[in-house]
Amino acid sequence: MIRSEILREIAPIIRDHLVVCNIGLPSQELHMIDDQPSNFYMLGTMGLSSSIGLGLALAQDKTVISIDGDGSVLTNFGTLPTIANNVADNYILLIIDNGSYGSTGDQPTYAGKKTSLTAVAKACGCENVIECQDVDTPKVLQEAIDSRKMTIIVSKCDSGNIKLPVITMDPVVIRDRFMKAVSA
Amino acid sequence: MSIHSRIVDDLVANDVSFVTTVPCKQLAGVIDEVEARKEIFHIPANKEDEGMGLCAGAFMGGKRPCIIMQNTAIGVTINTLATLTQFYRMPLPMLISYRGELREPVACQVEMAVHTKALLAQLHIPTYHFHREKDSDELDAILKYTFMCNKPVAILTDASFWGGYGDQ
Repeated sequence: MIRSEILREIAPIIRDHLVVCNIGLPSQELHMIDDQPSNFYMLGTMGLSSSIGLGLALAQDKTVISIDGDGSVLTNFGTLPTIANNVADNYILLIIDNGSYGSTGDQPTYAGKKTSLTAVAKACGCENVIECQDVDTPKVLQEAIDSRKMTIIVSKCDSGNIKLPVITMDPVVIRDRFMKAVSA
Repeated sequence: MSIHSRIVDDLVANDVSFVTTVPCKQLAGVIDEVEARKEIFHIPANKEDEGMGLCAGAFMGGKRPCIIMQNTAIGVTINTLATLTQFYRMPLPMLISYRGELREPVACQVEMAVHTKALLAQLHIPTYHFHREKDSDELDAILKYTFMCNKPVAILTDASFWGGYGDQ
């Protein structure tokens, strides 16, 4: 499976939760598949999906799912010790690990080579780290939500993209409707 | 009352309850004070752009955030300030140690000091410079201004403000 197929599978699971979605194609795909006010689309700032999601989870009680990529986690590696040492049991980090920088032309990442993000997350002190195959992602994600334990999921999948348009929604509109969903 | 307590009192009085920090020698006292206050959730960050991401999330979760960092961080965070904090119109008070100013003992700090105000001006970030302790009387008004206009605001605090670097 490629990332967009995983997003299509998990859309019914995440639509009732707060979602912070990574820059580029992941946000464009989620926007096309199932646009929700409870989705915060990142239009820039590669690497910070996990940090925004953690800050959000620590600030309020609703479940927060940060959708990230292997390349973005590599960009902001410092996030993993911060997550490990500031446990928010309403927080799930879903790393869709396709071993490539999808939005920029599928250049390979180190996560697709020798580096295991699962091992790194564990070494940083994260306690519930689950590596799964793409097809198992919906089940693993649902179990993580139900567990009410902070969980890092590394979903291994194929690289590949679909053609789709950029998000033209104004960022202030994205943020405003998201904050209304947070406080609803 | 110490200057550290006065600064953190102003944060608390303005309902700032989520503070991320990347340390600087000059900021050690105020970071200790942030850590000690029960009204504030203190979350150290490994890098300042990560800290700004945490603050963005906390703001959307209903908390008023603040970041405490060194001025070298302006070089690290320009993209985040432009594409996250400013693009989505989020407030962010930035309490910044202004290294590389008068009384600085480390030459390399001057290299970023000479760019600090120019970069902040280029980003159109409202900037206040605390040089004498009395300048901090404006902190309360600066915080109110930040959360009124939903912008990042820089508060540069130099060595003279903090009383120098001790014996060199």
